[in-house]
Amino acid sequence: MLAYLLRRLIYAIPILIGVNLITFALFFVVNTPDDMARMQLGVKRVTPEAIAKWKAARGYDKPLFVNAEAPGIGVLTDTVFFTKSARMFVGDFGRAEDGRDIAREITSRMGPSLAIALPTFVLGLFVTVSFALLLAFFRASTLDFWGVVLCVAMMSISGLFYIIGGQYLISKLWRLVPISGFSAGLDAWKFVILPVLIGVVSGIGSSARWYRTIFLEEIGKDYVRTARAKGLSEITVLFRHVLRNAMIPILTGVVVVIPLLFMGSLLTESFFGIPGLGSYTIDAIGAQDFAVVRAMVFIGSVLYIVGLILTDISYTFVDPRVRFE
Amino acid sequence: MTFLPVLLWSDALIWLLVLAVIGLGALSSRNPPLRAAWRRVGRSRPGMAAATVLIAFVLVGLLDSLHYRPRLESRDEQTTAVYAIEVLSVLDAVVTPLRTRNEKTYSEPLATRAYAKESIEVRDTDGSVRQLRDFPRLKFGGAHLGNDEARRDGDVVRRVLAAQALSALVFAAIALAAAYLLARRARCPVRKAWSALWRGDTDFAGNAVLATLAVLLLLLAPLAALSADYHVFGTDKVGQDVFYQVLKSVRTALVIGLVTTLVMLPLSILFGILAGYFRGWVDDLIQYLYTTLSSIPGVLLIAAAVLMMQVVIDTHPQWFATAAERADLRLLALCLILGVTSWTGLCRLLRGETLKLRELEYIQAAQAFGVADLRIIRRHILPNLMHIVIIALVMDFSGLVLAEAVLSYVGIGVDPTMISFGTMINNARMELAREPMVWWSLAAAFVFMFALVLAANLLADAVRDAFDPRLEGSS
Repeated sequence: MLAYLLRRLIYAIPILIGVNLITFALFFVVNTPDDMARMQLGVKRVTPEAIAKWKAARGYDKPLFVNAEAPGIGVLTDTVFFTKSARMFVGDFGRAEDGRDIAREITSRMGPSLAIALPTFVLGLFVTVSFALLLAFFRASTLDFWGVVLCVAMMSISGLFYIIGGQYLISKLWRLVPISGFSAGLDAWKFVILPVLIGVVSGIGSSARWYRTIFLEEIGKDYVRTARAKGLSEITVLFRHVLRNAMIPILTGVVVVIPLLFMGSLLTESFFGIPGLGSYTIDAIGAQDFAVVRAMVFIGSVLYIVGLILTDISYTFVDPRVRFE
Repeated sequence: MTFLPVLLWSDALIWLLVLAVIGLGALSSRNPPLRAAWRRVGRSRPGMAAATVLIAFVLVGLLDSLHYRPRLESRDEQTTAVYAIEVLSVLDAVVTPLRTRNEKTYSEPLATRAYAKESIEVRDTDGSVRQLRDFPRLKFGGAHLGNDEARRDGDVVRRVLAAQALSALVFAAIALAAAYLLARRARCPVRKAWSALWRGDTDFAGNAVLATLAVLLLLLAPLAALSADYHVFGTDKVGQDVFYQVLKSVRTALVIGLVTTLVMLPLSILFGILAGYFRGWVDDLIQYLYTTLSSIPGVLLIAAAVLMMQVVIDTHPQWFATAAERADLRLLALCLILGVTSWTGLCRLLRGETLKLRELEYIQAAQAFGVADLRIIRRHILPNLMHIVIIALVMDFSGLVLAEAVLSYVGIGVDPTMISFGTMINNARMELAREPMVWWSLAAAFVFMFALVLAANLLADAVRDAFDPRLEGSS
């Protein structure tokens, strides 16, 4: 197990290097730092001196890969690639346009993101699995038919409308919770409850339908027939046998997103004014803050790879047949 | 010439897609399993109802994909023709009143007066002018009523009823024609053909198509009748007709949903087959490529790529003759980016299936006979992957339409000057907080987007059920 984990971690390194190269190519080769400077400074203030100053302030005035003039090891380290891209591996993301340290900003914004994303994830999984089990229990009945129709209708609605509609109905019309905002500490619950609710509802459609097909596939298998032949009740069959076996495909799809919960959700956070990583990314995109977007791309892929490894580990817990050599 | 035809890049791709669909149709009609699968799709009632709705959307989109620049009026006959800088489409020409009759600002659906009070000058009977705060009369909304605004309700009802009566007549004609054609093919009396059609005893779910057509006609005919003299869905902040915006959004959604797959398919088919068929280092390389790409969260990769594309577009203004061309190229770039970031899923599926196929006896036999690899791939592997490709094609469409709205909201979607569901929602979302609330833009975008995505989802289900060999026999 440990050897397997180690091997997976080693496999992750070339992928991370690849991600790093892709983002570097996107941000520095497709556009030269000069283009970025022109964009940031605006049309009116573009002079060669202003561009040179902008680049020097951000360390973009070095050569991209090889600095022939620098002494010793500086040939490789005193370059844009090393200072801006390779340093991300040790958690150094540089500074945002407003001069703040990106790494510190990220750690302080993880909390609010998680406060929304984690309850949404846990509650959402519970609700959708229960709903799918309900549909599977009443399979091929009117309830099942209309349940599936409801799922298809719900997955055809854009996530934007769930948020706009929910905010309008609950916050503006019924005035139950504040429309947006966030506060640290315990009284955060009234800001958290609406985004979580909307997140859960908007996810029901597609996942419940998918889980339902997984359950129905399991129900058709031989061991279920055997369990019924033993005289077990339908409830026992469903919870003790079907649910457990269906957890394998469900987990593959679900575990991988757990680390990504740290990143928060772009839409929810920007609509509800939550100071998390999602709104940080949105603000950076709006302000064309390339350093922040680059950092978020890198962190996102690190978390995704962690998720893939976690998925493999979780197999061993739900399915004792899976052994790693 | 009174106009100069303009072929935008996205137009060219859209028409190329139409050709590709025709080609795919011809290809599947020669391949018995595919033909059988399409027959099964044709039998599915929800599938065919959804297809009818989608065809209506596609027609709007295609009309909107024929662009031209109108010739400007010039007094001098001898000078060379000067064409307007504005690029119009055939759809714009058809709905000219909707496009040109702009109010000053917000107005409610079917309103004759503006939504907010303004200071207006009223000339009294004695000729003196006095200031008054009131809802100003709209310039075009219900202008034919003149000062007799009380007549509006009656006028609206009359128009709706007349339009529905007309659409009932049209529908009866279509239904009769369908029954007549069926009767001629089956060589039976029209009455019998009609009852078979009605009860659904036909090979093709004609009754679903006819029922959907009836509903569409009953809904759309009044809309068309009313939009001639009213703003059916009201006007937005700058006074533009919301119905016109909805119609224009359809093309954007279709381009995003369809052209993206055009980018995605060649990549995933090529790489999927190469990796699965040749294995070895080719497989390792391609697997590395798609694992790396898919490990970057989609939205972030799209955001990064779109940001960079914006810089390219902004620093090269000389590339674009008109604003429409710039917006169009940005739309295409978005499709390209979406395609490049989303080919990995399908590629993985195709690789797995190719790995399975190449171990089958008939392919091993072909290899033993010394048939060239390329020929094996073309004759034996590709046709057996078609069902996966078709399923992926229809399944991705609705997701892409939804993604466009989100990306445009985030600010990394289509050009802000391009009308799309995303930009409509983005412009309208602050209006709910306004007092009194402006709800019609959002509601119109919601209804039409929902109809489009729901139809796409239903058709996708029907296609998946018909093509997926694992599901065969279950229904």
